[in-house]
Amino acid sequence: MNIETFVQAFAEQFDEVPAVSFTPKTLFKENDEWSSMTALSVIAMVDENYGVRLTGDDVRKSSTVEDIYNIVLSKTNA
Amino acid sequence: MINPFSLANKNILVTGASSGIGKQIAISTAAMGASVHITARDTNRLDNTLKQLGDGHHRHYLADLTIGEELDALTDSLPNLDGLVLSAGIVKTLPFKFVNHTELDTIMQTNFFSPIVLLNKLLRKKKLNKNCSVVFISSIGGNFIGAKGNSMYSASKGAINAMQKVIALELAPQKIRVNNVSPGMVRTAMLENTTAFSQEQIENDEKNYPLGYGEVTDVANAVIYLLADASKWVTGTSLLIDGGFTIQ
Repeated sequence: MNIETFVQAFAEQFDEVPAVSFTPKTLFKENDEWSSMTALSVIAMVDENYGVRLTGDDVRKSSTVEDIYNIVLSKTNA
Repeated sequence: MINPFSLANKNILVTGASSGIGKQIAISTAAMGASVHITARDTNRLDNTLKQLGDGHHRHYLADLTIGEELDALTDSLPNLDGLVLSAGIVKTLPFKFVNHTELDTIMQTNFFSPIVLLNKLLRKKKLNKNCSVVFISSIGGNFIGAKGNSMYSASKGAINAMQKVIALELAPQKIRVNNVSPGMVRTAMLENTTAFSQEQIENDEKNYPLGYGEVTDVANAVIYLLADASKWVTGTSLLIDGGFTIQ
């Protein structure tokens, strides 16, 4: 897995925020579209694409897309 | 006075009895005097439940109810029943957009097909006594409310309630009653394993319940009522127990 495709897949969970505006450093909770529903979508996307079970707490303690990516990475290698 | 909630001299089968709500139903019905027959997929946890049932003619049956042959073997080895509690169930949280046929199939298999097919087989083999009470463990989800991420689980529980009404009508001539308990959120390992929500989100959700989240005993006590002769005029109903959640 690489961070570019991850950021792209992450961005796809948003319908309003343009995908091009997402980078690894994006503070993803600081836009109007972030909600419990987008959180569930990110968890489902990670499960579907990477076979990794992210928890609600993983999302809660993350701020940037890269934070989530690193958790997925650590769980992939576990 | 005779205790109308007594389950003495009743043979009762409880599915999904190795943990959570099903486990408590087994323990509570045994305490009310029933001979309890329990089934689940996990030997060690099933053994553990059996040990907690205390004295009485209790038995356990290891079975995966999603496998046809195991269902047949289970129905053959059971005695005639006076009560049946269909409690085995699973949950998977997915936004609807991520739902697919495989995931939906898994949920429907355990939550809907298995309990319905088990009931069907027990009837065909004439294993349900006259005055038998059948209790499905359903949910407020799919019947009284919807919750985001819960579409598959809701579908399985809505299907139970829909089918139950017809089964209740068809079995009324034999005085077999068919009801369900529809609980709101109950504190179980299933809730703890529902990792899609953070602890913080769960704590906030509980604030929406006027009486807070339920305990497994709250569900077990409702089941005792529906199994006992106290409810002999009750069939085809959903007993809503939700700490006041849906009145708001």
